[in-house]
Amino acid sequence: MEEATAATSGNVAVTETHAPVETSHHGPAAHHHGPPTSFIRKYIFSVDHKVIGIQYLLLAIFSAFVGMLMSVLMRVKLTWPNSSITILETIFPQGAPGGQMTPEFYLSLVTMHGTIMVFYVLTTAPQGGFGNYFLPIQIGAEDMAFPVLNMLSFWVTFVGLVVIIAAVFFEGNQALGTSALGMWLGGGGSGTVGPIGGWTGYPPLSALGKIAGPGQGAGMSLWIASIAIFCVASLLGALNFITTMLNMRTRGMSLMRMPLTCWSWFTTAILALLSFPVLLAAGVLLLLDRHAGTSFFIPGGLVVSDQLLPNKGGSPILWQHLFWFFGHPEVYIAILPGMGLTSHVLSTFARKPIFGYRAMVFAMFAIGLLGFFVWGHHMFISGMDPRTGMAFSVLTLSIGVPSAIKTFNWIGTLWGGKIHFTVPMLFAIGFVSLFVAGGITGLVLGQTTLDLAMHDSYFVLAHFHLVMGVAAIFGMFAGVYFWFPKMFGRMMNDTLGYIHFWPTFIGVYCIFVPMHAMGIVGMPRRYSSFEEYVFLARTEPLVLLVTIAALVTAATQFVFLFNFFWSLFKGRKAGDNPWNATTLEWTVSSPPPFDNFGGVVPVVYRGAYEFSVPGAAEDYTMQTEPDAESAAAVTHGELAQGEQGSSGNGHDGHH
Amino acid sequence: MVTMVITSISSSTSEQTKSTPGIGWGGTGARPNGNGSRGPKGNGGGGDRNRSDFSPQQYRIGMWVVLAAVMMMFAALTSAYVFRADRTQSWQSFDVPSLMWVSTALILISSVTYEMARRALKKAQSAAYRTWLIVSLLLGLGFLVSQLLAWQQLVAQGIYLATNPHSSFFYLLTALHALHLILGVFGLSYLWLRTLQRVRHDRADRQGAAKEQARADAMGIYWHFMDGLWVYLFALLFLWR
Repeated sequence: MEEATAATSGNVAVTETHAPVETSHHGPAAHHHGPPTSFIRKYIFSVDHKVIGIQYLLLAIFSAFVGMLMSVLMRVKLTWPNSSITILETIFPQGAPGGQMTPEFYLSLVTMHGTIMVFYVLTTAPQGGFGNYFLPIQIGAEDMAFPVLNMLSFWVTFVGLVVIIAAVFFEGNQALGTSALGMWLGGGGSGTVGPIGGWTGYPPLSALGKIAGPGQGAGMSLWIASIAIFCVASLLGALNFITTMLNMRTRGMSLMRMPLTCWSWFTTAILALLSFPVLLAAGVLLLLDRHAGTSFFIPGGLVVSDQLLPNKGGSPILWQHLFWFFGHPEVYIAILPGMGLTSHVLSTFARKPIFGYRAMVFAMFAIGLLGFFVWGHHMFISGMDPRTGMAFSVLTLSIGVPSAIKTFNWIGTLWGGKIHFTVPMLFAIGFVSLFVAGGITGLVLGQTTLDLAMHDSYFVLAHFHLVMGVAAIFGMFAGVYFWFPKMFGRMMNDTLGYIHFWPTFIGVYCIFVPMHAMGIVGMPRRYSSFEEYVFLARTEPLVLLVTIAALVTAATQFVFLFNFFWSLFKGRKAGDNPWNATTLEWTVSSPPPFDNFGGVVPVVYRGAYEFSVPGAAEDYTMQTEPDAESAAAVTHGELAQGEQGSSGNGHDGHH
Repeated sequence: MVTMVITSISSSTSEQTKSTPGIGWGGTGARPNGNGSRGPKGNGGGGDRNRSDFSPQQYRIGMWVVLAAVMMMFAALTSAYVFRADRTQSWQSFDVPSLMWVSTALILISSVTYEMARRALKKAQSAAYRTWLIVSLLLGLGFLVSQLLAWQQLVAQGIYLATNPHSSFFYLLTALHALHLILGVFGLSYLWLRTLQRVRHDRADRQGAAKEQARADAMGIYWHFMDGLWVYLFALLFLWR
């Protein structure tokens, strides 16, 4: 199914591809590669970064809707515990007898919602999707540095997604779970629901195997396998991003002339490169504990289901250290591309240069760097030397400084600008708003004393959903609306865009602001029912409000889905540069030709955000537009080659 | 509502933008520098590059990036190892299996022979290059076999993966290193296969030669790294504590 959709849109993306001009200067020995002609090489196992980017995007959209459906089911269970959804019984006869979700079913939803959203949406779309598509074009390269690895990275991700979906069915379906494969995978599934362990998969629960209860059999093994597969895919991607950005920038594209999006993808790639191997190592240790009888994470003397386990001396805390050493940078992997894109979009539609370009770059790196030294703040309650806790706390709070630099620069960019409230602009402004709203509670939770009380409450839930969940998603929406015309040659429908934005924006606040209050009252996260907790009875109206808001918000997303696919075929035709933007992707046709620049090397003369330049005829100046100095130099014949190379309209200037 | 102000800029301007970028600059199009956003190094970036030009940096940068990831993985396992070894009640060390000294010698020598191969290629001595490649390849395989035999030595003593934390880490770390070394062996085989293939090409093809050299250099970084990694793991497993 995924393949089918990938194929359709790939089709749209590349229909206007014209073969690059045959060039003479290569000499006969040069290997000239044209676009592939067979369907499979073109749309499925394509090495073209643009097709791969769209494949990633579709994978993320599919995963996002699956994850969203799960969150809706969770809200239904919390609000109307006795509601019956017949289709659930058909799929999971024991997990949802009579269509009513059992507590195990709820926990499984928690696990799968978190895992799918964090890995297959927040990590794939902003980086694998937009980054793949636009990094090479924005720096003037014809493709990624290692196109074949790029293709592999997508398909390995795809396998990971298939495995994690298989995890649900091997664990939750009696027939599959007891099949030979299911038995080999971990003693068979429990036959009730999917894996249970949260997206953090804490041992000892996750390390013990089937003996530990429902959700711990074959499905848990597949869950870990899926994460490990995803790690490999991310590393392949990161390798490509870093090499491409360092090595393939076009003539004149100095580092400080790059769009901030490129900087954000670069920082993200570094974070992924240094954090995913740690998760991979942890995953291997966990699998060994489950299947080879080792005791890395399983403590001694553990009695499970009336059985004394033979393991000795392992430490569950070790997993927490390894996991969160990855887990915290992962948060920035999700949000940094959104920051880059927000800067890009704000500058474009405020018709002003970005405020404090260099500060933005350095703040991004500072956030990335600090992100590696704060993992302990996820573990304040696990038991920690107070001095260590203090160090983690101070480092955590200090992330507020670069974050504030970015926020003030965004406001500075908007200040006094001639703002066009287009749909991508609204989502970018929404990103800033959500980032501030969600980030500010990070300063609350970063303090050890407060965190001890708030830990694992709805307050935490509200905090990270706003800042890394919804804000990052808003960044993606801004990206889709902004780049859709470039990717598919057609505009998305504006009216539907506004209908999508406003309920979503108001809706997410209605969902997550009340959750802060619930957390302060003491509502713990991951509980499937609060009926027996008298002190929480007074939150009932809030719970209902949150659920209604969640249902409305979720329904609104189908407007986006419709808009996306409708616009592919019926959208208004877009020109090369519908937004009057300045960066390189807007110098080529929409969609761009196979090798991005039609065989011509673009030459860059200026920074990425030259809007409303005094004395210029238009309120935007393309990066390829030569400045007075270069023009003078050319008249003296110094930059002759540059002159011809700079023309973005297809003729080949080389000799 | 603010949103209604939106003008879709798109419809009005798509025509004119088509003609704006990049053209017309010989005469009228020259514009002043705007807003100080010129990069500090005006001519930085990709340099004067033809599309078909090969950039030898690519393999080297890519290889270091790969190794950064490998390094992080082993750093994570090291920290787990140190952390676990502190919980002394269940920790039982065992002695170095004697064959490990042989493995260590083999992999150290293979680094030297690979360096010989690389230098031979630099001097365009393709016969010597091929020979030294084969020698390194065989030494690499020898290392793997020797590791396997060392495992058998331990199994004969009744030391298995799950016996105690030290043996768990021992098998895990040696297996992961062997896995990476197998990838290296594939890399060497690939280079060797290319030497057979390259005869067909024009020897004077300078770009082809540079590309081959870049491949061999990148492979060299990997091979030496695996060598160093082994020495490090050996020290961690048997000399530390």
